[in-house]
Amino acid sequence: MAYSEEVLEHYENPRNVGKMDDSDSHVGTGMVGAPACGDVMRLQIKVSDEGIIEDAKFKTYGCGSAIASSSLVTEWVKGMTLEQAAELKNTQIADQLALPPVKIHCSVLAEDAIKAAVEDYKKKQSA
Amino acid sequence: MKLPIYFDYSATTPVDPRVAEKMVACLTLDGNFGNPASRSHLFGWKAEDAVETARKQVADLLSADPREIVWTSGATESDNLAIKGVAHFYHKKGKHIITSRIEHKAVLDTCRQLEREGFEVTYLDPDSDGLIHPETVAGAIREDTILVSLMHVNNEIGTITDIAAIGEITREKGIIFHVDAAQSAGKVEIDLTKLKVDLMSFSAHKIYGPKGIGALYVRRKPRIRLEAIMHGGGHERGMRSGTLPTHQIVGMGEAFRLAKDELAADNSHMLALRNRLWEGLKDMEEVHINGSFSQRVPANLNISFAFVEGESLLMSLKDLAVSSGSACTSASLEPSYVLRALGLSDELAHSSIRFSFGRFTTNEEIDHAIGQLKTAVGKLRELSPLWDMFKDGVDLSKVEWVHH
Repeated sequence: MAYSEEVLEHYENPRNVGKMDDSDSHVGTGMVGAPACGDVMRLQIKVSDEGIIEDAKFKTYGCGSAIASSSLVTEWVKGMTLEQAAELKNTQIADQLALPPVKIHCSVLAEDAIKAAVEDYKKKQSA
Repeated sequence: MKLPIYFDYSATTPVDPRVAEKMVACLTLDGNFGNPASRSHLFGWKAEDAVETARKQVADLLSADPREIVWTSGATESDNLAIKGVAHFYHKKGKHIITSRIEHKAVLDTCRQLEREGFEVTYLDPDSDGLIHPETVAGAIREDTILVSLMHVNNEIGTITDIAAIGEITREKGIIFHVDAAQSAGKVEIDLTKLKVDLMSFSAHKIYGPKGIGALYVRRKPRIRLEAIMHGGGHERGMRSGTLPTHQIVGMGEAFRLAKDELAADNSHMLALRNRLWEGLKDMEEVHINGSFSQRVPANLNISFAFVEGESLLMSLKDLAVSSGSACTSASLEPSYVLRALGLSDELAHSSIRFSFGRFTTNEEIDHAIGQLKTAVGKLRELSPLWDMFKDGVDLSKVEWVHH
């Protein structure tokens, strides 16, 4: 199948690949998907005391569109507040990457991942 | 070296130039263009001669009688004709058919159709090496079983079925045995004077012949009867009507003749390539061969690179034309049903790559593939959270995944 230039670009040069220390209270981790479905995303955010996302990292097991979706999201969320990040919609990701219908689930997964990371961070803070 | 490199010979092969040359001579006004069924003039007689020569060439590779060869459009049609033909002719004897879970869709979907018509089908499970054992077949036979249909060599994993032993069982019970040999002709020796196989499907384009032509072997002794699917001019003794495509048939004949001449040379060439590829990869971490290593054709190597997803791996292997067992492009995200039938874990089933090579593959191409694979797998594992977890000693089968 043909991939869009945006997908190829992120796939070739993925941004913010890596892993943060999960035990750090400033870090929120979201891991979504399952090996059975062919994609697993781990997205992590580092949040400042002011509630701003300072840094984001990801690792993704999945097709090129899944890798590109998570790479793009890490770029977008940096500098956002938690509320802004939680409002990201999969359709924005799918539009930006020009995902075909069969790959829409990759953008849904990326949206779920960022929401899960924000949730995780909030849970840590209230604990 | 020309890029990309073709490593998908199990999907189709290029036509051997010697085959193409023979085909071209059967098309134009100054060539052998006549209708083989024309009885009233030289054009027809010449075309018929060419068709009968080809029929003998195909029969010769199989140690069969040329009268046992029926031309079809390919192995899919041969499978349909064999399975539906037997079911519809012998339905009064019984309505039970045995096949396996790892058959080609041409067999599985034909069986599904017969189920809709009231036949019962048993789908045998392979072992974890992808082999269907004769005992498994024997154990599934019932009073009303009329047909066993199994493939000789599996298209995805290259494993070889022991059709000699299975034929002994079916013949003794008076059950018809059909074998899809699309992937085995020219790779495994087939001697139908010894094998107790009653029907066998062949394709030309898997062994350096053209697409669009195949054959069904229909045994004469004991005689196997079929109800035709295609009705018309009564060609091929009524089993398959339709004007014979002389150029396609001549191409298939020449391809089978070459396969007979070059079987040993082709096989030792492919074995050397396969071993070279595996030697180059086997020291990588978490690399697994899918399907029995000993009971498989040398032309196939199906490998899983754990914790790397197949489709993204294909994206990185830009210079290599290979096929992946993962079908992430479909809405269901189901990995290959063949690999699932072997009991492969999800991670491994999603990370499989099928290499199949052939007559024209070179050592240089294999070496290029090894280099590109190592780079790609290394890069994708750096990106893979599963690889991280594996390295941290996490048992992935115990993780509670968030399914979507």
